[in-house]
Amino acid sequence: MTDPVTLYDVALSSRLLLGTARYPSPAILAESIRASGCEIVTVSLRREAGGARAGEAFWSLIRDVGARVLPNTAGCRTAKEAIATAQMAREVFATDWIKLEVIGEEDTLQPDVFGLVDAARALSDDGFKVFPYTTDDLVVAEKLLDAGCRVLMPWAAPIGSGRGVNDAFALRALRAHFPETPLIVDAGLGAPSHAALVMEMGYDAVLLNTAVSRAGDPVLMARAFALAIEAGRAGFRAQPMTPRDMAEPSTPLIGRPFDRLA
Amino acid sequence: MSATTLQMLLDELGYDEKTVGTALNQEFVRAKDRAETRLREGDAVEIVTPRQGG
Repeated sequence: MTDPVTLYDVALSSRLLLGTARYPSPAILAESIRASGCEIVTVSLRREAGGARAGEAFWSLIRDVGARVLPNTAGCRTAKEAIATAQMAREVFATDWIKLEVIGEEDTLQPDVFGLVDAARALSDDGFKVFPYTTDDLVVAEKLLDAGCRVLMPWAAPIGSGRGVNDAFALRALRAHFPETPLIVDAGLGAPSHAALVMEMGYDAVLLNTAVSRAGDPVLMARAFALAIEAGRAGFRAQPMTPRDMAEPSTPLIGRPFDRLA
Repeated sequence: MSATTLQMLLDELGYDEKTVGTALNQEFVRAKDRAETRLREGDAVEIVTPRQGG
């Protein structure tokens, strides 16, 4: 495996994590996962009427695909709800990985960072490997690491907005401030170029859902994102040139025809 | 509903217990504790199953 990313001691060759919601059909979901080459998919827990089998059918599909699952606590509004959801997820999905979401505001689905830190601490103490969905705030990031998180997942823009990077400065600052912590951009990306950009900044991975599932051709978009992430990562490792304000000829001037010595 | 324990409620409602998670009044209840978890009037029971998520 060349250039793997390591998340909680698990080495992965793909730097794309894919959400499983809002695809046109289960078949397109499965094909998109395969086309993306991702090794981790996010899943959730929801109420279901007794006797219904939608949850079981979905879980069977995910197990067939063979990806590692990262359950989320999507929709939770308090640390208490998130903790109970994480505990249920650990039992149902048989994993101690949890994508921790504590939502604080409905229009932006912005994390309640106070509840997030509280829940992250409780879950880390209970043996969970927490992937916190957070903002790009440096102080919150520090507190999440203090709480026991060893991966951070800052947003680029509100969930499902497809806006791309809202604050490139903040994301660059976060990257610079935590050079050793795996950082995954989670939420807000819409186009493959957005993913390439954050990978060029040095982000370790990207978590996507709506950008793929609501594309006209989700399978093709899954592949496009995979290529963009790979390209962005290679671009980062290759160390891009420093931008300049003035032009600089790329073709040597020495020996230029029609040149007249003064 | 005539169930007096969480396990009886799951059976009554027809859930496959292997693929559900349970909570009572926002506290997680482990699968192995369901049979001993008694239900009272006004309890908030959550029964969840795997679903698509982002």
